[in-house]
Amino acid sequence: MEMNQPIGQTPLDGRPDGLVGRPVDRIDGRLKVTGLAPYAYETQALRNPAYGFIVEARIARGGIRSIDTAAARLAPGVIHVMTHENVPAQGERREQVWPQLQGTEIRFFGQPVAFVVAETFEQARAAAALVAVQYDAQPPKASLKDALGEAYKPKPAQTDPDSQAGDFEGAFGAAPVQLDVTYTTPPQVHAQMEPHATIAAWDGDKVVLQTANQMLNRGQKSLAGLLGLPPENVRLVSRYIGGGFGSKLQVQPEGVLAVLAAKAIGRPVKVAMTRQQEFHCASHRTGTIQRVRLGADRDGRLSALAHESWSDATPGDQFFETSANVTRSLYAAPHRLTRHRIANLNVPVTSAMRAPGEAVGQLAFECAMDELAEQLGIDPIELRVRNEPAEDPEKKVPFTVRQLVPCMREGARLFGWDKRGDAGSRREGRFMLGMGMSAAARLNPLMPSAARVRLGPDGYLTVRMAMTDIGTGTYTILAQIAGEMMGLPVERIRVEIGDTAYPMAAGSGGSFGAGSAGSALYVACDNLRQALLKAGDLRPDDAVFADGAVRAGNRTVTLAELAGRDGMEAAGEIKPGSLKERYSHYSFGAHFAEVAVDADTGEVRLRRMLGVFTGGRILNAKTARSQAIGGMIFGVGAALMEDGVLDPRYGSFVNRDLAEYHVPAHADVPEIEAVFLPERDDKANPLKSKGLGELGICGAGAALANAVYNATCVRVRDYPLTLDKLLPGLEEREGRVQRRS
Amino acid sequence: MAAGAASFGWPGHPSAAPAPDDPAPQMLPLRLTVNGRGHDLRLDSRTTLLDALREHIGLTGTKKGCDHGQCGACTVLVEGRRINSCLTLAAMHEGDAVTTVEGLAKGEALHPIQAAFIAHDGFQCGYCTPGQICSAVGMLAEARAGWPSHVTADIAGTAALSDAEIRERMSGNLCRCSAYPNIVAAIRDAAGSDL
Ligand code: FES
Ligand code: FES
Repeated sequence: MEMNQPIGQTPLDGRPDGLVGRPVDRIDGRLKVTGLAPYAYETQALRNPAYGFIVEARIARGGIRSIDTAAARLAPGVIHVMTHENVPAQGERREQVWPQLQGTEIRFFGQPVAFVVAETFEQARAAAALVAVQYDAQPPKASLKDALGEAYKPKPAQTDPDSQAGDFEGAFGAAPVQLDVTYTTPPQVHAQMEPHATIAAWDGDKVVLQTANQMLNRGQKSLAGLLGLPPENVRLVSRYIGGGFGSKLQVQPEGVLAVLAAKAIGRPVKVAMTRQQEFHCASHRTGTIQRVRLGADRDGRLSALAHESWSDATPGDQFFETSANVTRSLYAAPHRLTRHRIANLNVPVTSAMRAPGEAVGQLAFECAMDELAEQLGIDPIELRVRNEPAEDPEKKVPFTVRQLVPCMREGARLFGWDKRGDAGSRREGRFMLGMGMSAAARLNPLMPSAARVRLGPDGYLTVRMAMTDIGTGTYTILAQIAGEMMGLPVERIRVEIGDTAYPMAAGSGGSFGAGSAGSALYVACDNLRQALLKAGDLRPDDAVFADGAVRAGNRTVTLAELAGRDGMEAAGEIKPGSLKERYSHYSFGAHFAEVAVDADTGEVRLRRMLGVFTGGRILNAKTARSQAIGGMIFGVGAALMEDGVLDPRYGSFVNRDLAEYHVPAHADVPEIEAVFLPERDDKANPLKSKGLGELGICGAGAALANAVYNATCVRVRDYPLTLDKLLPGLEEREGRVQRRS
Repeated sequence: MAAGAASFGWPGHPSAAPAPDDPAPQMLPLRLTVNGRGHDLRLDSRTTLLDALREHIGLTGTKKGCDHGQCGACTVLVEGRRINSCLTLAAMHEGDAVTTVEGLAKGEALHPIQAAFIAHDGFQCGYCTPGQICSAVGMLAEARAGWPSHVTADIAGTAALSDAEIRERMSGNLCRCSAYPNIVAAIRDAAGSDL
């Protein structure tokens, strides 16, 4: 199926009691709570794997003068030490998959310089410390601020780095009300709980990776290219994945190194990155500098808006954070400008992290909107309502469905927004209280996907696709879709995913997973329904699939009977079509946060938070809510604590572990609720659903930052909002108050 | 590292490098009792309890998230008390009763905490989950024994297990998927049942 026209009535419609949407418990839940779900490093089928350990560069820029592996090679248990001197030949870099141990040049701190393989983990780790590397080091470039002069326009990625409409400069200059602010966001790390891990095993010229990867087919293609093999010789298996958030969109260095070493020693090799290596060897989200300019009339109607973003990339790369992309579609204004620039620094590889672009873009833009509202004395929701566009303001096409205003209105009602006072007006003992809100918007793409289903003679349906579940609930929603389409309970659906041996699927990323893979499965099931009806000579017009049988006319035949002795198979496929360009595809929502700021210490505590979202048809009310809440808490981290601190002297992350890179913990997270408004998006996909994995983070942190302003009258434009940044403002304000009294 | 170049690179030796007078690692015969079963092993003396479970006994339910006591994914119960199994050597636990997530269910019947995690969707990717669950079991025993926490107002009394108490006491277990509200709901729910 190609999405060229809105989808009409489907078998999923008009069944309020249907499986799809119900808060079904995760079908992989039992395996996960009993510890029996094997993640990549835990796959036990492979005989006698050797253990690998990565040796990282301890400079950020320069060259390897010499590398002495003698002591490591002689260490107990060591089987092999791989360096640039003996590494097998590799092809060019494919997407974000980089060939490893290439030559002597060091481009970033933590770049792998050797890979030690030994009989045990303890031996490999100890021997890795014996690899003696002499460097010719040069001072690294590790500050984005210092490199702004050499920032340039990167190659277009999915979209052009720049956009423009009307005459921004002229209109901004003429606007009666102007705002010109610069926000910064620090490097952030995915910090998924399962470190990158791979077990690689060769069989002749074919290799299998048990690995932690979100997009298996893409990984297969790029790794095959790197190895000079046809894609079918490379198989990626990821049955259970301990979180991804973008960090596992590509095969990371540990995967490439395991494959090369396993080939060299003729034995499977397993390796996991240490938590510290995650910060340097794996990728992270770049820091950004973002300038937002808004020109409006006194009623808050925007005449001009500009959003410019600078980010950094590792040498030789042009990946950029698309911070301003969402700004192109969010608010109306006749004169507009967005611009992305990058500078190459000696920093580890930057890549997509949960809601690349929107997550940090809305940290800046949604706060700027709050600043404008404050400046104008208009309620922040009202300001956004006044700038609600009739169509996508830059693409000039209609939105599929846009319920931003209902989300804000409903959120305001549920949260008690009317109790928000003027900035700095609410106090409770030592604590200053404040409320803030933000809009949320995230692109809703559809990606090509395929699926195969097989109805066995036992009446069980098996679903196969190279899809992944990174915690999003894919296993469960696929079972629900197939179950409802075929009239089977989830217990009779076997979902087999996480293997490139199965039909190609979109994978998990960019909020496209459920919609794309689920739609392919929908089409496959629809095809199977037709085939079954034909086999049973049943009339399709009034056929109902329910309770493991088909009722048509006055006949009822069980699926097992229809499947016959050999069972029956069908395939399905989904592809984006012309609707992609004819409409603007976004999910929307609104965040509300209440914070308490300690007047003495400046410490910010989140009191409560609410997100109201629209995601088309919700596939599973329980897992959808978990996704949304998880995203919101990611936003809490971005607002209040997450901060990858780059040491400008060494180009290394100072706080490269979970004790020093703070992610939200239990005690940081109070009552948080997520609500979905009813919606069907008939232009998105046949499920009429939209992506939810990233919507929750979009704007979430801005709602907190706006709440902090409302509590304190202090505007911090440098994330995260730690107390050291608030205190000067608080003291100044305190001083003013004292002087006045 | 050459002089002159040193200022741009990290000084010193990686911490894992053996110091000259470190005793050589030995292979130790060892009997570990996990979930009521004895395992006779020969382990490198550097092997953590976590790696002994995962790599040598084949119980991979206990997860490695950081190997440094910072995330809680490796939480197990030793003699009923929760510990980070990455921070302790296997050789220190001969004779101890170790319970892992695999040992909590009674046959087909899940432990109430496990069942509550499913019902409340107390996880997403599931990687922190065994640690959260073992930690919750240990935490509830601590609370029942009257141990106070940082948020307990009256440390002499017995604190009711409020949400704030649960959050405080569970803060050693990170969940990047951020299932926290659901984890707290699951623990609150299961705490009421007979554990
Ligand atoms: S692995 Fe032990 S605390 Fe993280
Ligand atoms: S469920 Fe993924 S880290 Fe907790």
